[in-house]
Amino acid sequence: MSGAILEALAALLAGVRFLFEHGGPNVIMIAVAGVMLWLAIGKGVEPLLLLPIAFGCLLVNLPLSEVMAQGGVLKTLYDFGIGNELFPLLIFVGIGSMTDFSPLLANPKLLLFGAAGQLGIFITLLLALALGFSREEAVSVAAIGACDGPTVIFVSNMFAGLGKIPTAMVGALAVAAYSYMALVPIIQPPIMRLLTTRKEREVKMPSPKGKVSKAALISFPVIVTAITGIIAPQGLPLMGMIMLGNFMKVSGVVPRLANAAENEIANIATLFLGLAIGGTMAGPQFLTRETLMVFGLGLIAIILDTVGGIFLGKIWYLLSGGKVNPLVGAAGISAYPMAARLVQSEGQRWNKHNFLLMHAMGANTGGQIGSVMAAAIMLSLLKGLGVI
Amino acid sequence: MSNTVFGLTMLVVGMGGTLATLFLITLAIHALAALFPVRPEETEDRK
Repeated sequence: MSGAILEALAALLAGVRFLFEHGGPNVIMIAVAGVMLWLAIGKGVEPLLLLPIAFGCLLVNLPLSEVMAQGGVLKTLYDFGIGNELFPLLIFVGIGSMTDFSPLLANPKLLLFGAAGQLGIFITLLLALALGFSREEAVSVAAIGACDGPTVIFVSNMFAGLGKIPTAMVGALAVAAYSYMALVPIIQPPIMRLLTTRKEREVKMPSPKGKVSKAALISFPVIVTAITGIIAPQGLPLMGMIMLGNFMKVSGVVPRLANAAENEIANIATLFLGLAIGGTMAGPQFLTRETLMVFGLGLIAIILDTVGGIFLGKIWYLLSGGKVNPLVGAAGISAYPMAARLVQSEGQRWNKHNFLLMHAMGANTGGQIGSVMAAAIMLSLLKGLGVI
Repeated sequence: MSNTVFGLTMLVVGMGGTLATLFLITLAIHALAALFPVRPEETEDRK
């Protein structure tokens, strides 16, 4: 009898024993989860994503946790919505529904900032290859430069599904992508000031006049979807879903669907995606040299995106005879509408009568399209080169 | 194909392809603007 009681007590204390014997990485990851929870709750850093990711990370790192074992709750969520790339795409429907493309349609040239803002993706790809990452890993790391969490998860998970990158890397990539998106207000302003002169930052740009017609707003998502499908079909799910969300919104005939995409669907997908991604952050697999390199390269990617946008802005400033404010180029990334608001506040910091918001919003939505297009083109190139 | 050649190919074709595709979309937006012209904003104080 006493033997059975001792055996039962030992079973209850197995978790404590595990922590002392093999739990070092788990303890570190529980601390990481704590930091993420503090950032989300205490500092308001991307709480919608960081909070469920942190909790998933906590769940998977508690000793002897089986949440990511076959049949475990997080493994089930992962297989249901990440393994088949469903959740990132559902979030994209919501993002499309929240996006207003009218500033871009009023000034279509701003879309080119969205291309320049993807420079970081391709340079980072080269750097990652030089550091010894495999081609699939390098493309996944480079995708952080898209400044767009769902795109990073979509691309990296495609490779994880093919067994080309470790599943734990998807978690590292997602956390890096969302963390740097949240840190855009800290990363971008010093680069803006470093690369532009005071005279350039003070340039006033008149607000675009007139409204975009409803017919143009409705046609736009259909045209972009068709062009993506023809040129880069591998990325059609990404672009198709973002444009579907926008199409439902601008059509005006399905407000319930548009509202559902923007609220219920996006919220549920965000919660499940965050938890499942957190579940990939098990200490022994997550704490590697590669994870640190992913974070370093991700930061470089976002810095280079900003540099690319501002340099195009400077070229445009010269070609236009000083009529374009190069700061607008910094908005050519996917962090919407954060990057646009940053450009507005930075512009007003140097000239109180400067209102760059509408131009920056145009460049920012261009950055959204540009980041998805860059990912789509990368995937199609990989298919063409026989890598996937 | 070496990793360097692969990386450079992705840089040139990827960045170039992104730029060219977005330029194509820019042209499409111009065509949309011509087909469905921008209407001037109505001012509230118009008499």
